Amino acid sequence: MLEFLVKRIATIVPTLVFVSILIFGLQQLLPGDPAVILAGEERDADVVAYLHKKLHLDDPLPVRYAYWVGGVLRGDLGESVRTQQPVLDLVVQKLPVTVELALLAFAIALAIGIPAGIVSAVGRGTAWDAAANAFALWGLSTPNFWLGILFILLFSVQLGWLPASGYVSPFEDLRANLAAMVMPAFVLGNAIAAVLMRHTRSAMLQVLNSDYVRTARAKGLSERVVVLKHGLRNALTPIITLGALEFGTLLSGAVLTEQVFTIPGFGKLIIDAVFNRDYAVVQGVVLVTATAYITLNLLADLAYVAVNPRLRR
Amino acid sequence: MTRSPLRSVRRALFGAALALVAATAAHAQTLRVGLAEDPDVLDPTLARTFVGRIVFAALCDKLFDIDEKLNIVPQLATSYSWSADSKALTIKLRSDVTFHDGEKLDAAAVKFNIERHKTMAGSNRSGELRPVTSVDVVDPSTVRLNLSAPFSPVLAALADRAGMMVSPKAAQAAGANFGGHPVCSGPFKFVERVAQDRISLERYPNYWNKANVHVDKVVYTPIVDATVRLANLRSGQFDVIDRLAPSDVEKLSREKNFKVAKITEIGYQGITINVGKSEKAQQNPLGKDPRVREAFELALDRAGIVQVVMDNEATVGNQWVAPTNAFYAKNVPIPKRDIARAKALLKEAGVPNPSFTLVTPTTSDAQRIALVVQAMTREAGFDVKIQSTEFATSLNMADKGDFEAYVLAWSGRADPDGNLYSFDACKQPLNYAGYCVPEVDELLNRSRSERDPAERKKVYEQIAARVLKDRPIVYLYHRNWLYAHSAKLTGMRSIPDGLLRVTGLKLGDAR
Repeated sequence: MLEFLVKRIATIVPTLVFVSILIFGLQQLLPGDPAVILAGEERDADVVAYLHKKLHLDDPLPVRYAYWVGGVLRGDLGESVRTQQPVLDLVVQKLPVTVELALLAFAIALAIGIPAGIVSAVGRGTAWDAAANAFALWGLSTPNFWLGILFILLFSVQLGWLPASGYVSPFEDLRANLAAMVMPAFVLGNAIAAVLMRHTRSAMLQVLNSDYVRTARAKGLSERVVVLKHGLRNALTPIITLGALEFGTLLSGAVLTEQVFTIPGFGKLIIDAVFNRDYAVVQGVVLVTATAYITLNLLADLAYVAVNPRLRR
Repeated sequence: MTRSPLRSVRRALFGAALALVAATAAHAQTLRVGLAEDPDVLDPTLARTFVGRIVFAALCDKLFDIDEKLNIVPQLATSYSWSADSKALTIKLRSDVTFHDGEKLDAAAVKFNIERHKTMAGSNRSGELRPVTSVDVVDPSTVRLNLSAPFSPVLAALADRAGMMVSPKAAQAAGANFGGHPVCSGPFKFVERVAQDRISLERYPNYWNKANVHVDKVVYTPIVDATVRLANLRSGQFDVIDRLAPSDVEKLSREKNFKVAKITEIGYQGITINVGKSEKAQQNPLGKDPRVREAFELALDRAGIVQVVMDNEATVGNQWVAPTNAFYAKNVPIPKRDIARAKALLKEAGVPNPSFTLVTPTTSDAQRIALVVQAMTREAGFDVKIQSTEFATSLNMADKGDFEAYVLAWSGRADPDGNLYSFDACKQPLNYAGYCVPEVDELLNRSRSERDPAERKKVYEQIAARVLKDRPIVYLYHRNWLYAHSAKLTGMRSIPDGLLRVTGLKLGDAR
């Protein structure tokens, strides 16, 4: 187990180095001189020249990369040119928001997706199966953006039950926080629930048709034990993989959903930064997200081992 | 054990105090504003965006302001006078102004600020104040700006960010990080900023004009999508929103709970033509031949464009200022659409079917302009190809001269010079057209040195006669600034710079 862990962690370092080069390099492919867009409407030549110097824009690419990585290694992710805030502060401000939204959305996805998948696999061909499939199709084919606006129009404008925007920290006011988060979390979770449901269903169908399940049934075990203990546990591996990937995607910021509900998370931050050519912010956020993604994958690997002891070798 | 009577009295008093606090708190009014974008750094010297100026209007007072009719009116100043040679501007200051940190605003503070604008690394104000060579403190409430040459637009600059005064003590202490915690002298002081979430301000109790401030807090929240912004207004999350979509005006105007405030902008929407920025200018008939450009303009029906693109929420125009502006050159009126004449001109130029590419940013307004222009000019024989490009990229193409024609808007400045000089004078930063005519440069410089408005107008008429014939930019229209607000909110002023003045605003009933 320890060896497995060490091996997996050892692969993280080169991955991160590669990711950092990739983020840095890809960003340079963005057309346009960042100083020109950052210099504002007037585009005063002095300001453009100053920004070139400040951002080391005239230095060769490897030198600029070295400046950046040097900073990152010292824990300095740079500064947003647009708002002058340190990128690390921005990340620290936004990360909890994005994590909370991701957790809530994921909880909703799990609560809907897995039971729906099980019900639909067990009751294959029944009305339950059809209903669950219809739900999955709806979840997959409804754009988040549109669903979000409809929710706002219904629950905020028409009924007045929930605020249309206005994120509040849970430590400040948990009730207000949840009121602001429930719609975006549902909109995001709904789509993932659909994916999880489809995967749970197919994994369960495969497992439920296998020999050992038939044996378990033959032994006279209750259907509940057969499905949940023998069936689900073995079906979980692919679901964990998928869950980790989906959760990782959530952590990179749900751009559209955050825009619609004005949730100040990573998504809004990175979109604005890309359009404003605020390189330091883009690099910082992507690096943090990539690290989170890689960590989640590691955790997913560990979770496989937990559900499937055969992998421990 | 007996209860001490004193204790009950104390309790009663405490209860009363609590009730009082609660009542005051209930009365505390917060104005919640929905913005269309997230402002940039909140330092008047470094700030670059239009949306940032909306926040500054509550946070940082300026030496001068502009009124509904674009007149320059004193704000932190009480009066001003020019020297006989127009090279020195003497400004008298209010004596009752303090910054949010309690420091007094005096002539020395103004000198500090002008010098900060001029010399701070990365300052966006240095260009606006370039003709100012030095600042003299005449006495504690009088300051004199010395100019290298007569420069009348300096007043308009001082009615914008270059005229915003920050506390010298706070600015020196914070250095380059001042924008994280700005200390100015406006009606509201800075409380906090959560990037992309909110900027909170609270009423400054010692504001010089506090009798006209009726709300206790202002919170600005950026919401990019216009539909979502409006939904937030409707659901009561906001009291007022910036940039209502023109298509929502009619419906909202009919609802009794909401009101729409509008004013013609000081900026414009237009099509910049590459007439000399790069080799491309000579490689296509539009850039090469003024007759083709004239035909292009004659093929346009501006009223039609405004109807399709802006739902009629704009004023048609053919100049750098709107026809309602005092400096509009009446000698060059808006040309009527004339397809026959356009065709004749193209024939004369020897290119009956000129083809060129129109670059447009990906904003919906710009794209719609491109489509309408394409359709309209086709009738005269033009073959317009549209190239939609993300804004930063399109700007870079314009900067390099890698375009033939480009749909570009300008947010506008109070003085016409701010809409003209940098675009049409040789080698200026915003002269994407690459327009460079020595006689025009001379006229442009004369317009800057002339102080008498009537004389300036004459110079602008001469400029219009020449520049609008050369057509480095074909001006189309001037948008309406559209603010939507709850009917409870009263005292909205329609100032052409499109910035929300919080002073004077009242929120009907306390929430």
